[in-house]
Amino acid sequence: MYRYDNYDQQMLQDRIAQFRDQTRRFLDGELESSQYQPLRLQNGLYIQRLAPMLRVAIPYGCLSSRQLRKLAHIARFYDKGYGHFSTRQNIQFNWPKLPEVPDILAELAEVEMHAIQTSGNCIRNTTTDQFAGVAPREIEDSRPWCEIIRQWSTFHPEFAHLPRKFKIAVCGTEQDQAATQVHDIGLYLTRNFTGDLGFQVLVGGGLGRTPVIGQVIREFLPWQHLLTYLDAILRVYNREGRRDNKYKARIKILVKELGIDAFRDRVEAAWDQGRDGPATLTEDEVRRCKRFFTDPPYESLPDHNAAVAAALATDVRFTNWHDRNVRQHKRPGYRIVTLCLKATGSAPGDLSAEQMDFVAELADRYSFSELRVTHEQNLVLTDVRLQDLPALHAALLREQLATPYTGLLNDMIACPGGDFCSLANAKSIPIAEAIQRRFDDVELQKRIGEITLNISGCMNACGHHHVGNIGILGVDKKGEEFYQVTLGGSSDRKAALGKVLGPSFAQKDMPEVVDKILQVYLARRTADERFIDTYQRIGIEPFQEHVYATTH
Amino acid sequence: MPQLIDVLGNPVENPWLSLAKDATLEEVRQSSDKLLLLPFQLWLAEKAALLATGKTFGVWLDSDQSCELLAGDLGLLPLVALNFPTFMDGRHYSSAVVLRQQMQYDGDIRAIGDVLRDQLFFMKRCGFSSFLLKDSVKLEDAQRGLRDFTTSYQSTVEQPEPLFRRRA
Repeated sequence: MYRYDNYDQQMLQDRIAQFRDQTRRFLDGELESSQYQPLRLQNGLYIQRLAPMLRVAIPYGCLSSRQLRKLAHIARFYDKGYGHFSTRQNIQFNWPKLPEVPDILAELAEVEMHAIQTSGNCIRNTTTDQFAGVAPREIEDSRPWCEIIRQWSTFHPEFAHLPRKFKIAVCGTEQDQAATQVHDIGLYLTRNFTGDLGFQVLVGGGLGRTPVIGQVIREFLPWQHLLTYLDAILRVYNREGRRDNKYKARIKILVKELGIDAFRDRVEAAWDQGRDGPATLTEDEVRRCKRFFTDPPYESLPDHNAAVAAALATDVRFTNWHDRNVRQHKRPGYRIVTLCLKATGSAPGDLSAEQMDFVAELADRYSFSELRVTHEQNLVLTDVRLQDLPALHAALLREQLATPYTGLLNDMIACPGGDFCSLANAKSIPIAEAIQRRFDDVELQKRIGEITLNISGCMNACGHHHVGNIGILGVDKKGEEFYQVTLGGSSDRKAALGKVLGPSFAQKDMPEVVDKILQVYLARRTADERFIDTYQRIGIEPFQEHVYATTH
Repeated sequence: MPQLIDVLGNPVENPWLSLAKDATLEEVRQSSDKLLLLPFQLWLAEKAALLATGKTFGVWLDSDQSCELLAGDLGLLPLVALNFPTFMDGRHYSSAVVLRQQMQYDGDIRAIGDVLRDQLFFMKRCGFSSFLLKDSVKLEDAQRGLRDFTTSYQSTVEQPEPLFRRRA
């Protein structure tokens, strides 16, 4: 993992002092609410329905056990004993007290964490694939590049007040688990025909009110030019992005209005200025950043273990968990293990302080003290020895963290929704729970197979509903909460936006609606077809016919 | 009177008379002031007549006016002022960078409008060289704001070498 040096640490201390003073001025009445708002937002502090909400950055999803213990402490001491992992690989605390937030930031700084730019109209936390560095057949480890972008984007003076928020994702794995194409900038690590490393650059993707898949602005950007090229894109956006209407202020609208070719021309013209200038990356800097992400001291292990084989032959619970939550690792004898935070009855992505401490302990014991946070709101132990799987599974069972549903229906994404969020039109958590209860059966889940179900409580789309195979969006109809369903969304390398099924449904009907959708799929699929494959083959009409034929 | 400070936070005299967006050539002729800060529209429309008055001019740009429009004129202008209608409108951070790096402007770039202490550090790094503080901002607070951070990561006008080239 990246470790701070004196420069990084100093910047954090300066920020805490600055924010402490801003908060004091606000509380003393020296700073108007409208002036304080953008400042607190750029420190991840929202004012929500019931209390402020503090969003803490987990840069590109990498977390140490020491950091997780600190998060547990903050949850216990300053909050109500839990935290919520978001789709942006961050963690949110729902009940901090405003005057205590500077103290929380000081505590976070002790473990090299912060809330900088986790909200507001600025460049947000850079995200990536949770399996970076350990996935088999990786093109290139994205983490050093994310760290380079993190530093470039932190307090970038020119881009402190953009038209709107700005999100960058980097992906270096074959399977894109970072939803790269629905980010303001998506960067795919790639090699050109001579084997040189660079990025395919996408721009103008995003969800929200106007969901758009990003378009390629540059097929191959040599790595040296990463930062000067990002500067150029951001400069064009900062100057020309719309500021008259916050719903049209994201870069996707600018790219759409200009067209990708005209937008590219402007970026190239801006890039002419910075290209080959001092912000050009050096081999020394890349080497320095890569040194933080070298392999842990792996053992030479066989890729077979008798105890695991025996457990797979005899223990159904272990087998179910293994099938869904354990993945191949780049090293023989090691596995990647996902902790699915979707136990029925707890909000997706929520983790109690006790569970955090427990997971930190497991990371120490089984995974070189490191973890990852996924955009599907799960946690990952990246480097578990094959032989440790049975013991790890047993431990996870004790804390309700062995839910065997990773990648299945109940592994759903949901935003905090109307229970907490002041933007929401409708609740998300009770919908997620009702669906989870209805389908909480491992054999049924297995029979349905791989599927994504994403729920957002409003069109801001924090729950990524547009790119769920099944998407659920909370809408307000004359003061009542209704839910619109989309089908066919996907956020992998073949990203697609879901299509609206039809008129929206009442909350109580939602489990039934999902059931009907799945009935069509199960009746129509061929042998190995996933839900998305069947959908793409048969289209939306059979689903519409079945769902609306019986509910209306 | 709003306080003007330089890039180090020192209070400085403001000898410039600033004219509003709808100012006319007649106002310029009738003014007894020698140093006039003009709205861009007036400069654009009356450049020759303005120069004939023998006065010295600066130009101020609103946040939706592009600094490239001054391309041929910068040699005539010792001051370019960039207006922030609200501090959340960040367009002129880029204008300052473009003026300095692309257009090689070495005159005074002044932040005017909603200029508050919490943005001064960023403005300074983008190449602003003077700041006309909003009335509510106290001098000592502004001076502190200019020193909010000890160090920074990026290549900027103020310090072109990014931290990664300076890291010991």
